[in-house]
Amino acid sequence: MESVFNWIAINQQMIYIVILMVFVGIEVIGRVPSVLHTPLMSGANAIHGVVIIGAIIVMGKAESDNYVALALGFLAVVLGTLNVVGGFVVTDRMLEMFKNKKAPK
Amino acid sequence: MLDINILSLIYLIASVTFIIGLKMLSHPASARKGNLVAAFGMGLAIIGTIFLYRDDNGNKLHNYAWIFSGLLVGGIIGTLSAKKVKMTAMPEMVSLFNGMGGACAALISMIEFGHFAKMGYLDTIVQSYEAGEVVQDAILTRPVPIETLLTIFAGLVIGTVSFAGSMIAWGKLNGKIKDFSFKGQHIVNLVLFTAVLALSAYLIVIVATVEPRPDPNIDVIVPKQLGSAPLILFYLTFALAIVYGIFFVMPIGGADMPVVISLLNSFTGVAAACGGFLYDNNVMLTGGILVGAAGTLLTILMCKAMNRSLKNVLIGSFGAKNTAGGGGGSKDQGAYKEITLSDAAVLMSYANKVMIVPGYGLAVAQAQHACHELEKLLESKGVTVKYAIHPVAGRMPGHMNVLLAEADVSYDKLEEMEQANEEFPTTDVVLILGANDVVNPAAKTDPSSPIYGMPILDVELAKNVIVNKRSMKPGYAGIENDLFFQPKTSMLFGDAKKVLQDLISEIKNL
Repeated sequence: MESVFNWIAINQQMIYIVILMVFVGIEVIGRVPSVLHTPLMSGANAIHGVVIIGAIIVMGKAESDNYVALALGFLAVVLGTLNVVGGFVVTDRMLEMFKNKKAPK
Repeated sequence: MLDINILSLIYLIASVTFIIGLKMLSHPASARKGNLVAAFGMGLAIIGTIFLYRDDNGNKLHNYAWIFSGLLVGGIIGTLSAKKVKMTAMPEMVSLFNGMGGACAALISMIEFGHFAKMGYLDTIVQSYEAGEVVQDAILTRPVPIETLLTIFAGLVIGTVSFAGSMIAWGKLNGKIKDFSFKGQHIVNLVLFTAVLALSAYLIVIVATVEPRPDPNIDVIVPKQLGSAPLILFYLTFALAIVYGIFFVMPIGGADMPVVISLLNSFTGVAAACGGFLYDNNVMLTGGILVGAAGTLLTILMCKAMNRSLKNVLIGSFGAKNTAGGGGGSKDQGAYKEITLSDAAVLMSYANKVMIVPGYGLAVAQAQHACHELEKLLESKGVTVKYAIHPVAGRMPGHMNVLLAEADVSYDKLEEMEQANEEFPTTDVVLILGANDVVNPAAKTDPSSPIYGMPILDVELAKNVIVNKRSMKPGYAGIENDLFFQPKTSMLFGDAKKVLQDLISEIKNL
C-alpha cells in the first residue's frame, strides 16, 4: 500500500496531466456539429501520431549493432510518420471542401 | 542543459497547439486552420526531439541516418497516399493511418521489452556520488520497475488491438473483408481477452521480481536468470492481441465501422500516452490522453446520432445473423413498381420542390457532380432543389457534406435531418440516391428490426418518392426496406451516376 502512495507522490505531475487532459479533451469537442464528426476524428487521428516521438527516441537510443531493435525502430518511425503526415493531409483535404463553400455565403 | 529546457518549451507549445487545434476543428469556420495549427505543433515537437533530446544520462540520440530515412519514407508514402485517395475512400484511409499509429506504439513496447530481455531483465541506472573530493558514477542495477512494465504491456496490447482492428475496419470499408461471426464468438473473444490480460500479468510479475545482483559495482553483464521464456511469452501475448483485435471488429457490421474506427482511434491515443509514461514525455502524454478522451466522446456522439448505445454497436444485433433476417424475412417481397426515365424526368421538372437524399450509392458511383448538374438544371426550370442529409448517411457522419461540397453544391442547400423532416410534407418529389437504411420506416414501426429507434428521414411524407438503387438488394444493415413497396414509391434501377446523366438529358429534351 505504501508503495502505491509513494508512486502517486512521485508521479503526481503526470497524474495531474492525465486527469486534466481527460476533461480538456471532453470539453473541447463537446458541441461539435455532426457534419464535422469525420474531419474531427481524422484530425484527432493525426494528433495521436505523437507516438512518432517515442519511435524517434527508441530509434535514437538503439545500439548501432542491435539490428533487431534498429529494424523494428525503423519500422516504427515509418509507421508513425505515416500516421502523422497522412493524418494531417487527409484532414486538410476533407476540410478544404468546407472552406470553399463558406466564403461565398 | 539549455537544450533540454528548450525542448521542454517546445513540448509545452506543441501540447497547447494540440488542444487549440482540436478546439478549432470542432467549428466549421476554423476547422481547417485548426488542423494546420496542430500539424505545426507536431512538426515542432518532432524536430525538437530529434535535435534536442537527451536521455537520463545526458546522451544525445544517434542513428540519425535511420531516423531521417524513416521520416522520409513515411512522409512520402503518407503524403502521396493521402493526396491520391478518392473522397469516397477517406474513411478507410483514416482507419489505415490509425492502424499505423497503433502498430507504432506496439513496436515501441516490443523494442523496450527486447532491450530489457537483453539486460537479463535488470534495469541499470547510473548514479553519481561524492567520494571525498571527486564525484564518481556508480552503476546500479535493480529489477525493472513495475510501472515501466505496466506501460510497456499496456502500449503493446492496446496498440496491437488498435492496429489489427483498424486493418479489419479498413478491409471492410473497401469491401475486401466480409462480415464474419460464428456461434459463441463473444465467449471466444472473452477468453482471448482474458488470456492476453493473464499472460501480461504473469510476465509483469515474473520480470518485476527478478533478483537484483548483490554487488552493484561490478561489470554490467548480467547472467540471464529467466532464459528466453519471457520473450517467447511476450510475443505470444502480441499474437493473441492481434487475434483478439481481428475477432473484436470482425462481427461488427460495415455500417457501424465509423463508430468502431472512432473507438480504435481513442485506443491508439491511449497507447501513445503509454509511450508518454514510458519516456516521461509530456507531449506524448498530453496528445495521447487528449485524443483518448476526445475520441471516446466522439464515439459516443456518433452512436447518439444513430440513436444507439455503444454496447449495442459492439456486441449488438447488427452482426448477429439471427436478427438480420428477422426484420423483413417474414414479410417477404411485396410488389414494387419501376418508373421509366422519362416519367421521372417529367415528374421532377414539373414539381415545385424536389428533395434529394444522397447515400453511399452516390459516393460509390462518384455521382456528386452529376447530382449538382441535375440540381442546377431543375433550378433553372424554377424547381426548388434541396438536399436532405441524414447524420450517418454514407459510411461516416459528414461524408455526404464533404462529397457534395466537392461538387460545389451550395452549403445552404444542405438540410440536416430535423429541418428536412419538417419540409417533406410540402415536397413533391423525393429522389433517393443510393440511400437505404436511413430512410427505412422499419426504424420507427418495427421493434424487432435491428435499426429500430434510429432516427430516419421521413421521406414517405412527400407526395412522390423515386428510389435509385442498383438492385433490390438490402442495404448495409442487411434488412429489407418497406419503403420500396409503398404505393407512392417507384424504383429507378441503375448506377447513380449513369441514371443521373440520363435523367439530365431526358429533362433537357422535354
